[in-house]
Amino acid sequence: MSIQAKHIEQPTVLYLNGVSVSFDGFKALNSLSLYIAPGEMRAIIGPNGAGKTTMMDVITGKTKPDEGTILFKDEIDLTKYDEAAVANLGVGRKFQKPSVIESLTVFENLEMSLKGGRSVWAALNHRLTAEKKAKIDEILTMIDMTGRAHDMAGSLSHGQKQWLEIGMLLGQEPQLLLIDEPAAGMTDEETMKTAELFKMLAKKHSLMVVEHDMDFIEALDCKVTVLCEGSVLAEGSLAAVKANQKVIETYLGR
Amino acid sequence: MNDSFKGGPLTRLIMNDQAGRRLLGVLLAISILVPLSNLLMPEGSILHVSTFTMTLLGKYLCYALLAVAVDLIWGYCGILSLGHGAFFALGGYAMGMYLMRQIGDRGVYANPELPDFMVFLNWTELPWYWYGFDQFWFAMVMVLAAPGILAFVFGALAFRSRVTGVYLSIITQALTYALLLAFFRNDMGFGGNNGLTDFKDILGFDLQADTTRAALFFSSGLALMMGYLISRYIVTSKLGRVLVAIRDSESRARFMGYRVEHYKLFVFVVSAMLAGVAGALYVPQVGIINPGEFSPINSIEIIIWVAVGGRGTLFGAVIGAILVNYAKTYFTGAFAELWLFLLGGLFVLTTLYLPKGVVGLWAQIKGKMGGPGSGSGSEKAEGQA
Repeated sequence: MSIQAKHIEQPTVLYLNGVSVSFDGFKALNSLSLYIAPGEMRAIIGPNGAGKTTMMDVITGKTKPDEGTILFKDEIDLTKYDEAAVANLGVGRKFQKPSVIESLTVFENLEMSLKGGRSVWAALNHRLTAEKKAKIDEILTMIDMTGRAHDMAGSLSHGQKQWLEIGMLLGQEPQLLLIDEPAAGMTDEETMKTAELFKMLAKKHSLMVVEHDMDFIEALDCKVTVLCEGSVLAEGSLAAVKANQKVIETYLGR
Repeated sequence: MNDSFKGGPLTRLIMNDQAGRRLLGVLLAISILVPLSNLLMPEGSILHVSTFTMTLLGKYLCYALLAVAVDLIWGYCGILSLGHGAFFALGGYAMGMYLMRQIGDRGVYANPELPDFMVFLNWTELPWYWYGFDQFWFAMVMVLAAPGILAFVFGALAFRSRVTGVYLSIITQALTYALLLAFFRNDMGFGGNNGLTDFKDILGFDLQADTTRAALFFSSGLALMMGYLISRYIVTSKLGRVLVAIRDSESRARFMGYRVEHYKLFVFVVSAMLAGVAGALYVPQVGIINPGEFSPINSIEIIIWVAVGGRGTLFGAVIGAILVNYAKTYFTGAFAELWLFLLGGLFVLTTLYLPKGVVGLWAQIKGKMGGPGSGSGSEKAEGQA
């Protein structure tokens, strides 16, 4: 697979062009093209099986695409790297099911997520410096969990685990965050708080948020991409997308 | 767990580990008192520990080190190795080869170069892989290197291919079985099914002498304490938390940017080396090493020791190994035919009713008696199944 030159001019943090993946003949992604600008927040919606999770798998190196180009920051070909390498390049991923390390404390989860020191040797000799501690405290404040720093992550509520996982993403200091259904299982209040947090994050990071919850997407107030059968069905503001006849037929209408 | 942020590596090792401190205290006392009582107390005195008992206890200490090695990978990283007996046996063979060379011309055939079994096979010269084993230091290097290199090669292949769970367990079992068959062959040059035995002395000291036995016992205790501290150092570092992350959610660890295969490989090799040391200390005390040590059953028994003691605690592994082996010694003496049923039953019961082993049960009892506050020092949820 050769790297094709970008065919659009503007800078992007994530550039997918003509990406296809099939599993046993089923085309999970079908020539998907999508561009995310630096500092942009993008919401992705689409029916089940539209390829949202596969798209994240392809970006993060879990699945290799059959064809197509995936560039990070206009020049790094992500298809050449595996999960750990992609993460260290600056792409953070949050899963649909909250996956925090339940038998470690909130603090330890965050400590482990902090950027740098990924080698075995570094981990063995790791010391918690004041600087790292300050960073963890900052994240704890941001995700509103200062009081629970030394509780086991397993004892958190579902919504709190989602928040902790978001906090762990922040610890990695990624430039691009891929977030899969963050509002799932959250109360309405938590959902709105999450939307606020994302809007704040979008100032410094680029975000791609997959979500089903329309209220949440409305609160994010950003450009929306509708995926269907592995490719982009429509793109634009939420209002424009909602008014799109094709979208109504395949997704919203049902 | 606020304390874990204070102090250097040494305080982290000792001060935050109440159970470990007790364990080390007991081990230190045993390692010193048992040999002393064996050597100094007159026979017949109730304070005298017979050489037989001391050797038996020495065996238990070696098994306990082996259990710590298994707990390090299984309890903390979720790697269920059903072939760890192989690394134990390899360490044992390395020591056995040294002991064979020490026999010199005192063998039945009085050949100064070749061990008896080679003369018996009409071999005329020492195979190349026996070179160097007349040197103690070389044999000791091999005690670490043989299991370490095998674990490295095997682990690199398995972990890079992302073989996990039951599949990994099966291939570790296959590994030890393959070695069992290989070592049974006479032309492998390791004594075939008789293995290596009839050892005379170690570093010039008679292996039958009480003083030598006492020194071996002390060394076993020391090795167990060192093994515990090394393992404890690993699991209390950030590396240990990455291992737990891999155990609980391997993909999360990957997406956080950790190279899971490197971490698994590191801890697998360390564990194999610890197992090798255990084997090397075991062989001079029991006086023989044969391919039977590679038997898959042995490896499964180690898992039972760790499960019974309580996985993911390290000291639980020590307790489990000693308890189960004591029971084994007792029952194989009193009701030999029942032992395997008891062992199987023990494993089923532990899995069903004591997921955290004896150590977990103890914490539970303590928690009930002393109210909720008293369980605070217990190893958080490290022992989670």
